[in-house]
Amino acid sequence: MTASLPDRHGRFGPYGGRYVPETLMPALLELEAQYAKAKKDRRFQTELAHYLKHYVGRPTSLYRADRLSAKLGGARIYLKREDLCHTGAHKINNAIGQALLALRMKKPRVIAETGAGQHGVATATAAAMFGLQCEIYMGTEDMQRQALNVFRMRLLGAAVTGVDTGSRTLKDAISEAMRDWTTNVRTTHYVLGSVLGAHPYPMMIRDFQSVIGREARKQILAAEGKLPDYLVACVGGGSNSIGLFHPFLQDKKVKMVGVEAGGVGIVSGKHAARFAGGKPGVLQGTMTYLLQDDDGQINLTHSVSAGLDYAAVGPEHSFYHDQGRIEYAYATDEEALEAFDLLTREEGIMPALESAHAVAHVVKLAPKMKKSQIVLVNLSGRGDKDVQQIARMRGVAL
Amino acid sequence: MIGSSHRQSKRARTSSRPTPRPSHGRPDSNRLDATFRRLKDEKKKALIVYLMAGDPSLEATEKLVLALEQAGADVIELGVPFSDPIADGPIIQRAAQRALNNGVSLRSIFTTVKSLRQRTNIPIVLMLYFNSICAMGYEAFCQAAKDAGVDGMIVPDMPPDEAGPLKGPAKEAGLRLIFLLAPTSTKDRRTFVARQSHGFVYYVSLTGITGSELTDVADVAQNVEKIRKVASAPIAVGFGVATPKDAAGLSYFADGVIVGSAVVRRIEDCRQAPDMVEQVAEFVKSLKTAMTERASR
Repeated sequence: MTASLPDRHGRFGPYGGRYVPETLMPALLELEAQYAKAKKDRRFQTELAHYLKHYVGRPTSLYRADRLSAKLGGARIYLKREDLCHTGAHKINNAIGQALLALRMKKPRVIAETGAGQHGVATATAAAMFGLQCEIYMGTEDMQRQALNVFRMRLLGAAVTGVDTGSRTLKDAISEAMRDWTTNVRTTHYVLGSVLGAHPYPMMIRDFQSVIGREARKQILAAEGKLPDYLVACVGGGSNSIGLFHPFLQDKKVKMVGVEAGGVGIVSGKHAARFAGGKPGVLQGTMTYLLQDDDGQINLTHSVSAGLDYAAVGPEHSFYHDQGRIEYAYATDEEALEAFDLLTREEGIMPALESAHAVAHVVKLAPKMKKSQIVLVNLSGRGDKDVQQIARMRGVAL
Repeated sequence: MIGSSHRQSKRARTSSRPTPRPSHGRPDSNRLDATFRRLKDEKKKALIVYLMAGDPSLEATEKLVLALEQAGADVIELGVPFSDPIADGPIIQRAAQRALNNGVSLRSIFTTVKSLRQRTNIPIVLMLYFNSICAMGYEAFCQAAKDAGVDGMIVPDMPPDEAGPLKGPAKEAGLRLIFLLAPTSTKDRRTFVARQSHGFVYYVSLTGITGSELTDVADVAQNVEKIRKVASAPIAVGFGVATPKDAAGLSYFADGVIVGSAVVRRIEDCRQAPDMVEQVAEFVKSLKTAMTERASR
């Protein structure tokens, strides 16, 4: 029913599209054409597969978390270990794909926005490896809470430019990256980091991240001889979640849950749960669910995790939300921090605070399930980047 | 000078007729179309001045519109503040933030336009981001804009490809949908966009955001000529027009010149001064004078 989405206008039902200044339209049309060509080009696919295997370290393992399963006393829990990717998160899958496209389009410069810093690090890494000039935009609030990643990007040779407008987080970094792209579009490719923005980005990034779900599907069938009952993943823009979910969409019995950032609670207004508190509108190139006021001004968001702290969600998620195919829940800051501790202590795996939101949902879900049932969680990134922030929150001087 | 005597008589006309005749939204009654037609007959070029509505206050915006008309503005482009203006540089971003801090909304801007319509017939087009329209609803927005006395709109993040749902309601309300072309536009885009643009075609003079520096006027001239071959509407050039010299240079080949950030920056600089309106009017007058002198040379 949905294999051919988006349609040729970049629409997932009513969502998606291409709401950008005219200056960028030719670049988007070129990108769409180049990507369509590359997708069918065996040389491109072979090259991408080569880097994913030998540079990123794919396939990532699917690990059965026995101690966590026993502790929660319900379903068997499997972790898709995207935290084991080179640079520590799934973001590199997309960054490598888009860097290869930039080379094909003969654009010597790449730019990117980053929230938690993982996409910025992934882009800076790909740029270093392919010899591209690189500039990363990051909200100054995020630079403070992810100082380690800022330094990593600089070590990799990228220029990191702080964005001091609005909420000084991911949303403002995207606006500034779009302004840069508008100005330097002839020489620059914008490596957008999530399934957001104008067509073809949501489709292209989903395709690059679908390697997660394709591997996981094979791996769970090999391990269990059946498909999982539930897939769970966190949703900021929604690239790790759509990457896991997409190859399972036709498997009607597989339930899927996207976990948004509940911040300090929905009632407080300090959150980033678009499906719990938002309505459709247009932000940064795409029509989708947004956190906004009655005048259409975008609300400030809050989450303990910089990577989920964003007012919009990928348009494909909005479509599956309305269809009822994917369920969306949220976890609060507090629940995510508890899940961080739980996974660290029980399994010796420190999740990124983003991924900890997915684990927090499993803490609620697994005990209600039978021991014969399976939950597959996308552990989208590792938590090393968050250690400083957690220490600060607990009053520990490092 | 012929040009200035015409301006004198227009000024007299405007002030002697405080209550303009009502517009019914028929194609020939659109103030924007009428202004471009009149200017063409008079062999003059349109000076289009951008203001951020509500910066520093809606009362000030009202005073500015009236004073700038007297100073020679032919069309007013009224910016609607948005929290995330991706096409705008820092000057207009800051103006939007000031307006939002003042609690300015689309509804209060409509009230201001309605009040202005008691006193002036100058064409007013809104420049606003698509989400402001979405939030109100396409039909409700167009109806409210028409009722207030708005003549058209520029939506920088809505290329004609995405304008489908807005076209019907806009036409119904007699509002002109103005689209943009850019230096990066291909031949296909030029034809596609120019043919759908009504009121005027907005040519973005540079590859960038508002308030950037205009460097290549010859390139702008070439592109305007290319657009002219496929457009039936007049062509106005904006982005990067900062000085009377810029305005004069562009008015040589364009039908209109749009000045935004340069005006907004002056408002920002002297927003506390008691003679803010006069200072901004003085600048607009210098733009118009340069354009008129150029035309009569």
